[in-house]
Amino acid sequence: MLQEITPVMLPVYERPAALAGVHTHYCPGCTHGIAHRLVAEALDELGLREQTIMVAPVGCAVFAYQYFEMDGCEAAHGRAPAMATGIKRLLPDRTVLTYQGDGDLASIGIAELIHAAARGEPFTTIFVNNAIYGMTGGQMSPESLEGQRTSSTPGGRDVQRTGFPLKVCELIAGLEGTAYVVRRSLHDVASIRKAKKAIVTALKVQQAGAGFSLVELLSTCPTNWGLTPADALTWVEEHMLPQYPVGDYKVSAAALRAAAG
Amino acid sequence: MTRELLKGNVAIGEAAIRAGVQAYFGYPITPQTELLEYMAWRMADLGRVFLQAESEIAAINMVYGAACTGARVMTSSSSPGFSLMQEGLSYIAASDVPAVVVDMMRGGPGLGNILPSQGDYFQVTRSAGHGDYRPIVLAPASVQEAIDLTMLAFDLADRYRHVVILAADGQIGQMMEPAELPPMQPLTAAPPWALRGAQGRAPNRISSLYMHAESAEAANRRIQSRLSQIRQYEQRSLEYATEDAELLVTGYGTAGRIALSAVQAAREQGLKVGLLRPLTLFPFPEERLSVLADRVQACLVVEMNAGQMLDDVRLAVGGQIPVEFYGRMGGVVPMPDELLTVISRMYRRVAAPA
Repeated sequence: MLQEITPVMLPVYERPAALAGVHTHYCPGCTHGIAHRLVAEALDELGLREQTIMVAPVGCAVFAYQYFEMDGCEAAHGRAPAMATGIKRLLPDRTVLTYQGDGDLASIGIAELIHAAARGEPFTTIFVNNAIYGMTGGQMSPESLEGQRTSSTPGGRDVQRTGFPLKVCELIAGLEGTAYVVRRSLHDVASIRKAKKAIVTALKVQQAGAGFSLVELLSTCPTNWGLTPADALTWVEEHMLPQYPVGDYKVSAAALRAAAG
Repeated sequence: MTRELLKGNVAIGEAAIRAGVQAYFGYPITPQTELLEYMAWRMADLGRVFLQAESEIAAINMVYGAACTGARVMTSSSSPGFSLMQEGLSYIAASDVPAVVVDMMRGGPGLGNILPSQGDYFQVTRSAGHGDYRPIVLAPASVQEAIDLTMLAFDLADRYRHVVILAADGQIGQMMEPAELPPMQPLTAAPPWALRGAQGRAPNRISSLYMHAESAEAANRRIQSRLSQIRQYEQRSLEYATEDAELLVTGYGTAGRIALSAVQAAREQGLKVGLLRPLTLFPFPEERLSVLADRVQACLVVEMNAGQMLDDVRLAVGGQIPVEFYGRMGGVVPMPDELLTVISRMYRRVAAPA
């Protein structure tokens, strides 16, 4: 007698519990989706979803608080680190995240970022750097590269007139309050895996109360760069990586212990 | 309880503590700095949160974040610093989170000076930020009132989930008077909407963002409905000798207090003059003023600015009687004799013509 074979479906890939089951508004080829997923996976792995509060920025990630299945709020432009400070000071045992783009963090919000970092506020900032203002239609951000064409630098960014790209990791790594400051990229699979690991480490550093943690993620904006999604990934590799080298800019002794634990 | 000699800024800080404030975020600016300094050690002693922010912009956004956790929170500043808080205040109001902000007003515009002024009346009562909303605004005229209205501020903020501004001129912050503090209240429990981690429940989300016109209009209607309740239930004012008054003087805070001295002196001279002193600038005590406008011949508005509450008085009396204005600016505090002269002249001219 033949034995009936019951097919067994094993999930190999599913939505992390920390991601909400909603559609996002991100453009095709934008790496915000990858960044969201990595943050959600990291929170799931550490079992932190139910004790996390996320602060969303103004910019393309303005709806991030709706895309995660956890408590969240939406800050004024650039003020996420101040808002996160208020939350973390009241709830020091909770996990607090800001998720910010480069216009929000490096331009209008640089003061709030630097002071939160200098105070060693033990929350984590996910810094999505795509070298442009996405939401408002592709203007120059502090992170735009020399020569980069944007809608406000139509002839290419002239650093003599508009200043030089602002290197956030390099800038804040020297502050004593920072525990973990790293730059990663989302342009290929190997880089994405490393980015995920860095986010997990940053959350562990936060849990250990070791100080301020920031993970910068080099990201794409195919729409405003005027490139296909595939070409945008290549552009990150060829143009952004030389200007913004990935690496660990600050890993304090306490962060090292937290990462190992 | 006993009366003790207290400085206004310190009294407001201790009143906030007794009202159960769990976090204070602020930035030094004269003439409110003693409040920040007091909170620096007092909050630490009680194991509550004190943080000196890098700017008023950061301070108000720390308040916003802390308020989202459902705690009683506050900040304090003075006019130029208060200007920097406008954006954050608008977000707070639009997000339905309670917060208390002290504006110890100083001479302006611009850097102005550190002397007492009421030049922020428009700023605090009209919106205190972009968009359609008004904060609740309380105006103390003494150290005791500063204490009482600080306690009330936290209760109103929680009751309406709204921004409450304690708007005092620098004189209230700087002067010392005997006053009585209330007993220490227990800390309030976090409300169900607070952001504290979605443990065993659906996520709470706090935002002021509405992409579609209809949903943004619905959010505006929610705020307006709250404001109309506030208008209905929270108008507060004090009166002196209004029963048979021919001329009504009105002013708030220090100007209202000095006007009381002038009105009392006018009464001693046999002039039928009364005083209405608003305690709430929003909601403006328009109902009571409208009733009084039916009885008196004229109204004099006294402020330490160029005439700002004047607009609200004119709206409330609706053209029934002449409304005149006397004000000093730039940190000049009017003297009772000075006001008495203005009152006597106006009384002879409009209230009891020869």
